[in-house]
Amino acid sequence: MEKKIGVYICSGCDIDKAIDVEGLEKVATNEMKAAVCKTHPFLCSQAGLQVMKDDQNNEGVNSFVVAACSARYHQEDFDFGAESIVVRAGIREMVAWTLELRNEEGVVNEDTQMAGEDYIRMYVARIKGQNIPQPYLLESTDKSVLVVGGGVAGMTSALEAAKAGYDVNLVEKTDKLGGYAAGYKSMVPPQPPYLGVVPNYVADIVSEVEGNGNITVHTSSTIESIEGEPGDFTVKVEGSGAEFKSGAIVLAAGSVPYDVSKLTHLGSDLDNVITSAEFEAMAKSGAIKTKDGQSPKSVVFIQCAGSCDPDHLPYCSSTCCLTSLKQASYIREMDPEAKAYIVYKNMRTPGQYEDFYKSQQDDPGVFLTKGDVSAVKDESGKVAVDVDNTLLGQDIQIKADLVVLATGQVPVTINEDDSFLNLQYRQGPEMPELKYGYPDSHFVCFPYETRRTGIYAAGTVRQSMDVNAAKRDAAGAALKAIQCIEMTARGERVHPRSGDMTFMEPNLQRCTDCKRCTEECPFGAIDENEKGTPLPKSARCRACGTCMGACPERVISFDDYSIPMLSEMIKAIEIPEEEDEKPRVLAFICENDALPVLDQMALMRVRMNPYIRYIPLRCLGGNNLVFVSDALSVGIDGVMYLGCKHGDDYQCHFVKGSELCNERLGKVQETIGRLSLESERVQQYEVSMNDAGPEKLPKIIDDFMEELEDYGPNPFKGF
Amino acid sequence: MAEQKGKILVIGGGISGLTTALEAAEVGYEVILVEKNPALGGRVSRFYQYFPKLCPPLCGLEINYRRLKPNSKIQTFTDSEVVSITGNAGSYKATIKTNPAYVNDKCVVCDKCTDVCPAERDNDHNYGLDKTKAIYLPHEMAWPARFVIDRAKCPDGCTKCVDACDYDAIELQAQETTTEVEVASVVYATGWKPYDAAKIENLGYGNVSNVINNVTMERLAAGNGPTKGVMLRPSDQKKVEKIAFVQCAGSRDENHLPYCSAICCLASLKQAKYVREANPDAEIYIFYIDLRTPGKYEDFAAQIQNDEKITLVKGKVAKITEGAGQNPVVEAEDILNGGMVNLEVDMVVLATGMESSLRGQSVPEAVQVDENGFVAPSIQKNGVIAAGTVKFPADVNSAIQDSTGAALKAIQTVVGS
Repeated sequence: MEKKIGVYICSGCDIDKAIDVEGLEKVATNEMKAAVCKTHPFLCSQAGLQVMKDDQNNEGVNSFVVAACSARYHQEDFDFGAESIVVRAGIREMVAWTLELRNEEGVVNEDTQMAGEDYIRMYVARIKGQNIPQPYLLESTDKSVLVVGGGVAGMTSALEAAKAGYDVNLVEKTDKLGGYAAGYKSMVPPQPPYLGVVPNYVADIVSEVEGNGNITVHTSSTIESIEGEPGDFTVKVEGSGAEFKSGAIVLAAGSVPYDVSKLTHLGSDLDNVITSAEFEAMAKSGAIKTKDGQSPKSVVFIQCAGSCDPDHLPYCSSTCCLTSLKQASYIREMDPEAKAYIVYKNMRTPGQYEDFYKSQQDDPGVFLTKGDVSAVKDESGKVAVDVDNTLLGQDIQIKADLVVLATGQVPVTINEDDSFLNLQYRQGPEMPELKYGYPDSHFVCFPYETRRTGIYAAGTVRQSMDVNAAKRDAAGAALKAIQCIEMTARGERVHPRSGDMTFMEPNLQRCTDCKRCTEECPFGAIDENEKGTPLPKSARCRACGTCMGACPERVISFDDYSIPMLSEMIKAIEIPEEEDEKPRVLAFICENDALPVLDQMALMRVRMNPYIRYIPLRCLGGNNLVFVSDALSVGIDGVMYLGCKHGDDYQCHFVKGSELCNERLGKVQETIGRLSLESERVQQYEVSMNDAGPEKLPKIIDDFMEELEDYGPNPFKGF
Repeated sequence: MAEQKGKILVIGGGISGLTTALEAAEVGYEVILVEKNPALGGRVSRFYQYFPKLCPPLCGLEINYRRLKPNSKIQTFTDSEVVSITGNAGSYKATIKTNPAYVNDKCVVCDKCTDVCPAERDNDHNYGLDKTKAIYLPHEMAWPARFVIDRAKCPDGCTKCVDACDYDAIELQAQETTTEVEVASVVYATGWKPYDAAKIENLGYGNVSNVINNVTMERLAAGNGPTKGVMLRPSDQKKVEKIAFVQCAGSRDENHLPYCSAICCLASLKQAKYVREANPDAEIYIFYIDLRTPGKYEDFAAQIQNDEKITLVKGKVAKITEGAGQNPVVEAEDILNGGMVNLEVDMVVLATGMESSLRGQSVPEAVQVDENGFVAPSIQKNGVIAAGTVKFPADVNSAIQDSTGAALKAIQTVVGS
């Protein structure tokens, strides 16, 4: 497409109270050679938009630089169709509302004006480097869903997807569906009234699955291999021997009880100390017996057997309190004279399960106490349980016929040698783990997002949960699976750049097979051949640009986002002479969090340092060190990176972007050393959405500016 | 995707409704999203931080607004309520009543109107702890980004904002409108409200100075809140150094909310943590019955228990009275050590529970609620779907998880109709 660039400047919203817009027009037309440049006092109005539409129709303008408010506003208004390009130079926020206004005589502030003119230069440079996205469309998108695991979570995911009209392949490693919960005698109630156990409903789900024509069940089967990408996975099944295509995948492989042999301090090696799973199996079989075949008259349930224990499972298994309450009811039902004791640290029956807890508490044969179990030992045919720190600080001993350890829940994925998905991916066969064997996800706001596009975890393999919660969880994962299929079919990226049509495209002729992109992609989107040449799987791409930042040869681009485009923006900044004493700092700013902070600062009219020029990045992971050398070699005094927190509690929406940016900056000395400049001129800062206001972001910037003063002006100015 | 048959009506534009709307629309279905307030985001837009990461809720909300804005499948009605729903799954008729915002979408958030506005109103975004002008932006990150007018506060005949607006954005004569829609599926995501702590007489809320609830605490901590993030107590703006948190304020109590609200333990632990991070001298006491931090939240609890300036006391608070210098005094049992505790603090935070937004409200006939106002799926007779905290007490993560599943249930209804 031959670009015809129009620059449209809004003088409303007090922009002209800070900026001489005629000066901006001169930069656009004389310096940057825009074909058209117009100013309007209310650009987002119908009249303002009409000016632009008329130029599109009559003058053939197809590339629009909107120098007005930030991209946060009026996104849908400044849309001139799929055949045109729009960039937003947010001079209202970055200049007029955050820098000095004209003085009382109406004379513009020189620094403010320079900033306004620079943004015109930068965004005209930007639009010259942007192309219209050409979507990645599969020849045909397979719309079926693969579900791995035939327990309650997996069966529910399969059913929910099937009921929405999607075909499902359900792969279960044992010879029948039902999973762990099929072995339960009764269930904790899934719905009101929460007053007592309900019959096991797993068999109903099994028959519903078996009767659903959209679901193909593969029992005694495991996944031999999965390769491909969303919309076009090729799945080979060991067992059923089937081979088929899938569009998206739900991993619902479940959990196992914690290894009780590690709990000898709780008497796990004693005869009449059993696990809650063993107790459940006995109850299901109809006879709860001690080792010597007697019906127990007293049973102690020890909670947190492994869970909430830094030496075993540091997390809470979420379900053991409910399980023990349920099992206490079995004993009472079996023998009205028998007694159940539950020793807990914190009774965890959240939400409406409180009613279930109360219903058991009201049973005079169920005794509940908080306490720490200090010893479990054999004592003349009984098991003695010493409990310290019970209520009122007392230490007590309970002698019982049977002790049940409420063992915790461990995701099956904890063992790295076991395989579930067998992904034929360069980054490995399974889901990257966050902690304790659970898959990495952007916890809190986007619970289903994983680091493998089109593959979603559900149920107890995702986090500890009870069986009713697993059913809810499974429905959500099924939604994400069909959503990924439909978005892929339309050529769109999935979360968080939902709807983006761009994807990474390497120029392989200049690739040196260094593998950095294939290693660093947070989503494992890029495979490689034997030589190490990247083989992008574009439907797995999330368009964060981390690969672009990683590439030392700078050969990775997106249609509307590339290294040359960003480099041209940097080079477009006008650098004042050293004697003008006007430093220039470049701030790369994460467009997800840090950039909206600037929007907030603007609404608050916080006046900020005028020497900074901001360039938004899709994610700091897109930082390529060439930007640092580009900036410093044209005389920019310092470079800031403003983005999300990284580490255990990372906030980066692309999981690894801000962390990788930070790692790369650790090597910035190599780049800067060649220029004989101080590495302190380049720094990364964490900025979160809560950092708006006069105290935080301006202080980060002012402190950086002050530090730069120690190093003096960049000696490359004027070269 | 199956052939398009009908639309999905999502009622409530908080995190749950927003999630359901976006997740369904990104599959490709048409959604009508109805929010009663002028801005989306609901309760979470007023939180300072989420547990366990202490990350800002506005971060996830802003991503969701970025998903929403270009998505032509979603039609959003703010300032609106669904006043009637008739019909059954696959074929509902709903009436949406839209209250006038008095500011139209020509608004450019330039703020000229507030400079001239002579009237003030209590700022509900900050739970009434400060004021805004009668014309106001709900908050800096509000979406839609548009001012609104609290007309009841306008002086008679005042047109100053109209005169000041260069953009023809203010319509003081705007009228209520109604819109009839036909949809295949209805999702209720109207969320929760904090239990009215004044009903718990022994805890002194409303009578004893400096006893606040946990949602107000979020605004006291927020940099864009009434105290600019400095922990100042309401009665005399004194800096708060010593805080008591009272758990189960209303929850797990037959006289108030019989269920556990699931989030209050974590909310208090979070608040304790951010107070301690901001002030190394702060002293915290948390009175609890059971500390409920399921799953990986236990890691978060463990971190906080390691802070020696945070004391956890297992015991129910008997009463809160006013001591010297407007300091509240907490009287509580200490179950593990025996005896009673009398503790004077600068401020008390009541960990008030989560009440269904529908409890005690009249709801359209098509919706059935249980005795606590929750829309239990098992009692729906005509396919109305619930999502998030109108269904069960839940943290944000579980509400989003549930709302994602609710999007699929809604799609199934559309496909099946």
